[in-house]
Amino acid sequence: MTKPLVAIRTVSKNFGEFQALKNVSLDVWPGEVMCLIGASGSGKTTLLRCINQLATIDSGGIWLDGELLGVREHGGKLHRLSEREIGRQRLKTGMVFQRFNLFPHKTALENITEGPTQVQGRKPDEVRAEAIELLRRVGLAAKADSYPAQLSGGQQQRVAIARALAMKPMLMLFDEPTSALDPELVGEVLAVMKELARSGMTMMVVTHELGFAREVADRVVYMDQGAIVEQGRASDVLGAPREERTKAFLSAVI
Amino acid sequence: MKPAPALAEGFPDLSGMRIAREPHWFRWISAALIILVLAAIARAFANGQIEWSYVSRFLTVKVILEGIVNTMVMAVLAMMLGVVLGIVVAIMRLSPNPVLKTVAAGYTWLFRGTPLILQLLLWFNLALVFPTIGIPGLWSARAVDVMTPFLAALLGLGINQGAYTSEVMRAGMLSVDVGQYEAAQAIGMGRLRALRRIVLPQAMRVVIPPLGNEFIGMVKATSLASVIQYPELLHNAENIYYANSRVIELLIVAGLWYLLVVSILTPLQMLLERRFARGTLRLAR
Repeated sequence: MTKPLVAIRTVSKNFGEFQALKNVSLDVWPGEVMCLIGASGSGKTTLLRCINQLATIDSGGIWLDGELLGVREHGGKLHRLSEREIGRQRLKTGMVFQRFNLFPHKTALENITEGPTQVQGRKPDEVRAEAIELLRRVGLAAKADSYPAQLSGGQQQRVAIARALAMKPMLMLFDEPTSALDPELVGEVLAVMKELARSGMTMMVVTHELGFAREVADRVVYMDQGAIVEQGRASDVLGAPREERTKAFLSAVI
Repeated sequence: MKPAPALAEGFPDLSGMRIAREPHWFRWISAALIILVLAAIARAFANGQIEWSYVSRFLTVKVILEGIVNTMVMAVLAMMLGVVLGIVVAIMRLSPNPVLKTVAAGYTWLFRGTPLILQLLLWFNLALVFPTIGIPGLWSARAVDVMTPFLAALLGLGINQGAYTSEVMRAGMLSVDVGQYEAAQAIGMGRLRALRRIVLPQAMRVVIPPLGNEFIGMVKATSLASVIQYPELLHNAENIYYANSRVIELLIVAGLWYLLVVSILTPLQMLLERRFARGTLRLAR
């Protein structure tokens, strides 16, 4: 029997008084494309950030590929992992940010090769060839030597996707990847993500693009106030929601 | 398709007409007045008790040229020490470790809080505190032999500069968006590597204008090392006028050289700025 790639168990996270995540449990299966939807402040972005440890959880546990994230159990207590070990665990995930966060002082190609050469210590020539292939895959082979400021938002986000893929992650995390884009640029980013989904990549996507969710997601998870309210097949959750809160949210955004 | 409605009469076509140049009388008058004032000042100095022949004779004399070389060597080395210390202290200051943070803050407090000339005198007179210095059992020497004017000036100027530079570097690092740290972490970088590869190169762009400022300040601050017998430009100029009593002439010689050096540094700074502005221009190369 296969095991979930990500197992989230009774995870809570507070920012001061504010409870961002309340006792969340969830499995993500290998090859699954999961869309997380919900109003802002519902905890969906926080959940992603906890999975790649940009945020640390206050209680509960997250297992990625069978390995407990961020802490080690020893003598009945949990001990925080060193920064180096957390860095190693992060390599299993790729993150795409809402605001792209490309490195502005490096070209598109250098953004992609930075991680594999600097962090994984791989050969520059080999990495470069792979990076050019990745740029071709996201349709930007001609922009290899452009700096981020010379690219449109959609192009920057596609470079950011290529940068994340260059690390050969097992899981791709997308944090509202199209929210900062002009409407006419959303399509090109979604097209790259669809291609990625078809290639069998496990993906967790925080999004407001319900059309994308309906078309690509294997499962849609609706979150509200730090908890999972409803989840299931896209056609069920989006087409025939059972919970009142889901209905209210969907009628508000459509 | 409907024909366009007829245009109203009385609005002539101006497309062939040029815009006339304004005479700008006030600019001409103010410029003339300023030239008059400058000429008057120049005339006063020309007729004053200054032997200009001494200025031109001592401008390129060997001792003065050696002084400039020593000034520049000291300025560059002390600035390098200052920048290295500044980067290290800035990183310590932004570290989550409270011990490092406190040490960094204490360093800045101590060396910014006392006059530079006092620090130079303390370094130079270190032998009064520790007659011999060294590593017990391995090596030792008399402090007067080790603490030469050169070393005292380098330590005094460099360590003092480090305190100021650390704040400049910290400001630069704070100016880099948090998203850049996160993106670096997301591709598996640790804190130090993210700082070195991603944050510092971007901080440099912000930091170079104030660092240029600091370096120009350093060139002139080396003149304070004249009090501890370091043979820099001002010290050598003073030595000459102690002998020939041409005080003002030699001070003018030194002043001209400082001006020249600083004038050369400004375009160099612009070259550096261009280097670190990579990626900020929207136009394609």
